[in-house]
Amino acid sequence: MSVINLKASEVQTREARLGSITGFAGTAGELVGCARAGTLKESERSFSQCMGCSSGNAFCQFSMIQDAIVVNHAPVGCAGDFFTFNFVYRVGQMERDLSPVIGRYFSTNIEEQDTIFGATQKLVDTIRKAYERVRPNAIFITTSCASGIIGDDVEGVANDLSEELRIPVIACFCEGFKSKIWTTGFDAAYHSIVRKLVKPPEKKSNKVNVINFWGSKIFDELLNPLGYEVDYIVPFSTVAQLERISEAAATIQICSTLGTYIGAALEQVYGVPEIKSPPAYGIEGTDRWMREIGRVLNRQGEIEEVIAKEHERVLPKLEEYRNKLQGKTAYLTAGAAHGHALIALLQELGMTVQGAAIFHHDPIYDNGDVVSDALAHAVNTYGDVPNYNVCNKQAYELVNILNKVRPDIMIARHGGMTMWGAKLGIPTLLIGDEQLSFGYQGVLNYAERILESLDNKEFVINLAKHSTMPYTKWWLEQDPFSFLRSDLDVKTY
Amino acid sequence: MLKLIEQPRYSCALGAQQSVIAIKRAVPILHSGPGCGDKINRLLGQGEGYAGGNTVPCTNASESEIVFGGEQKLGNVIEGAFKVIDADLYVVLTGCTSDIIGDDIGQVTSAYQEQDRPIVYVETGGFKSNNYVSHETVVKAIIDQYVDKFKKGTDKIKGLVNVFATVPYQDPFWNGNLEEIKRILEGIGLGVNILFGAESGGINEWQSIPQAEYNVVISAWAGLGIAQHLEGKYGTPYIHFPYLPIGGEETTKFLQQVAEVTGIDRSYAESFIKKEEEKFYMHIERMADFILEFRYGLPRRFYTILDASYGVGLSKYLLNELGILPAKQFIIDDTPEEFQESIQEQFNKISSLRSAKVSFNIDAGAIQEEIRKDDHKHRALIVGSAWERDLATEIGGDLLILSVPVAYRLVLNCGYAGYNGGLRVIEDIYGKVLDTYR
Repeated sequence: MSVINLKASEVQTREARLGSITGFAGTAGELVGCARAGTLKESERSFSQCMGCSSGNAFCQFSMIQDAIVVNHAPVGCAGDFFTFNFVYRVGQMERDLSPVIGRYFSTNIEEQDTIFGATQKLVDTIRKAYERVRPNAIFITTSCASGIIGDDVEGVANDLSEELRIPVIACFCEGFKSKIWTTGFDAAYHSIVRKLVKPPEKKSNKVNVINFWGSKIFDELLNPLGYEVDYIVPFSTVAQLERISEAAATIQICSTLGTYIGAALEQVYGVPEIKSPPAYGIEGTDRWMREIGRVLNRQGEIEEVIAKEHERVLPKLEEYRNKLQGKTAYLTAGAAHGHALIALLQELGMTVQGAAIFHHDPIYDNGDVVSDALAHAVNTYGDVPNYNVCNKQAYELVNILNKVRPDIMIARHGGMTMWGAKLGIPTLLIGDEQLSFGYQGVLNYAERILESLDNKEFVINLAKHSTMPYTKWWLEQDPFSFLRSDLDVKTY
Repeated sequence: MLKLIEQPRYSCALGAQQSVIAIKRAVPILHSGPGCGDKINRLLGQGEGYAGGNTVPCTNASESEIVFGGEQKLGNVIEGAFKVIDADLYVVLTGCTSDIIGDDIGQVTSAYQEQDRPIVYVETGGFKSNNYVSHETVVKAIIDQYVDKFKKGTDKIKGLVNVFATVPYQDPFWNGNLEEIKRILEGIGLGVNILFGAESGGINEWQSIPQAEYNVVISAWAGLGIAQHLEGKYGTPYIHFPYLPIGGEETTKFLQQVAEVTGIDRSYAESFIKKEEEKFYMHIERMADFILEFRYGLPRRFYTILDASYGVGLSKYLLNELGILPAKQFIIDDTPEEFQESIQEQFNKISSLRSAKVSFNIDAGAIQEEIRKDDHKHRALIVGSAWERDLATEIGGDLLILSVPVAYRLVLNCGYAGYNGGLRVIEDIYGKVLDTYR
């Protein structure tokens, strides 16, 4: 279990905290075995393509807090994702009937002379100006490779300006080079929120924290009848709301990759119980997750009723989908925990998962409880998955594998990967809303979308006919893991 | 000096990776932190293209490269890129990490250059400049390290020109604009190396850069340095048209200037110009009654929040050919001081009857505040970026998105340059205006 240390200004990286890795080739069962035996070993790629970085993942959590602003202490290029998340923010406003506003994000615009003389003054001036312009209730500072290497005292500036402006000015250390696992950025964001914004509980509330991105509000339906209100955090929350998340009755995560740190931190620091079962994907997984909710919220009886009712409603329909999907093959690429959930889901639907390229692997989460291992759950419940590749968005490996495996459908969770299925003429499905496939209804939603995609072949057939391929013939004939060094050292038990 | 940017509309020096991606079958190799390529692509991409986005090779610098240097890792990734990525040209670009710690990428890359591999290196650490500036740096590096070595010759080919007109992807309409510029220059009888995009001939075309008789620069300032460099290197004189020519008046002025300097057959050129003008003004005439008669409200004032080339070009067009009057104009491309006066001068004589106010500011948050404070008596048109959506609604105006981030538009080969581009501007503005009625 990682010990949450709110005294430290920076959270440790996932590699250091959890022993997480970004390179592995084998089966899912072997990976789980290594993780349990403590023999997981990182593999390096000698050739690699653009990954993501922590700063983007930290920003995605801050950028949609309704009354906070973000100052990115970086050259202007690091602000390239400002509008992407502003767009997401605004789509979410529509879905939540909020009036349209733009996200207020500022770049300190670090330039050449700043790398010599330091850029703290620029940071101070930017924060003052941004405060004057927006009058927010909190300011988050995200750092960059440049600010990190030149060694600006961002924590010092944040503390000084908190005093001066009388609002929380909070430093979040999320330099891209620090971690190969960009989800470290989530941890960095949550660390700074729990460390500097969340207040100690004054009373217990009837709220349940749901750590999520910006998906649909599906948890109200389950939790309201049980007498609980849902706080969807962090996107679309307010500063006042975040200050009080320590008072909640429980914390739910829609994805352990996202919420591992904040779930554990709220439990360790403020005693908010974290639902440790893997998120509710697939029937079996949902049953387990529901019962854990019932136990933690002390609503066992009600939960059993819901389970029985939902089984009655969903299982016959599921059987119909299973008959249609039986034996269809799928290949999956996704972030870690959600990828594991999707593996379970696909298997639940009777499909054969031919392999997966999953962005990283956390052998254990911050709560230290092996119960949360969704991949172990999938493997134990539904069987092993071959061609399981831990691969941080390395499209060249993916193309190589897809070209050999040729599944009936490719499922992608993140942008930038779908094209390779489609270019090879493989129907490809990307679902952005992770809540769509959550819970009992989620299984049916997902099945429907898969059937629709399997049926929709015209586009990919035509695209494949006219597409170019930037990968060499030589490469497509190689072992997909030719550039993955030291994978042979990974022992399995 | 305070240089903060709210609502950024350009990228850092590494943003020039998009210039490489815009060359057919060319691929950048980033020696940078892990998220750089993705962030640039989020602002400046709309689609990966051949080998952009997630396909771009990258060393993804981590802590150990910061401490021990990343040269060996770069060597590995270059080796891998040659094997894995099927490209005609590889351009190594550095990010902040490499430039601050001082990796010697020249040494790493020159080993491959000595083997005659098609590879170029450029230091583009994000903090060094923005992508308007580094577009020049990267093109010059390709000329010096690749073109010069693989050139087809230095004998000038009669009537051949190289065009340096937009910063690809930074100008979201670069492809369409370049297509139109190539079309009209060929129309007056020139051969054209357009160098980027769908109408270009890939690296073959680049190899004939030294053989051009002239370089044609269509830009307020970005790209001018390329032409000056080529003048020094191959003695190729250049023609500078300091803004994007849009519509009948300006496109004709542009073509006549080029025809005059290059000394091509004037009557051939003039007959093309005449034909194009006739077509263009036939459409203008056809819709003039609409502009004059539509009684329910059309924009009567315009603001532009654009880079200098678009700002000048579009302002001239909106005023002179569509009768929309200039409110204040804002230039957001961090125009170097030495060019500001001549741009100011363009606005001073925006038509023969009036001048327009312009200011230079990279912080569009401040620009929006200024516009908000204006008295909005008349329906206004804002030509800017996706950031202007709420501003336009608030002031009861219309918005034409022309600058990155475009977000609410999908751009393929739409262009606003030239005769055809001028017509497209009209369709896009008034189409949006009409669409506001129930």
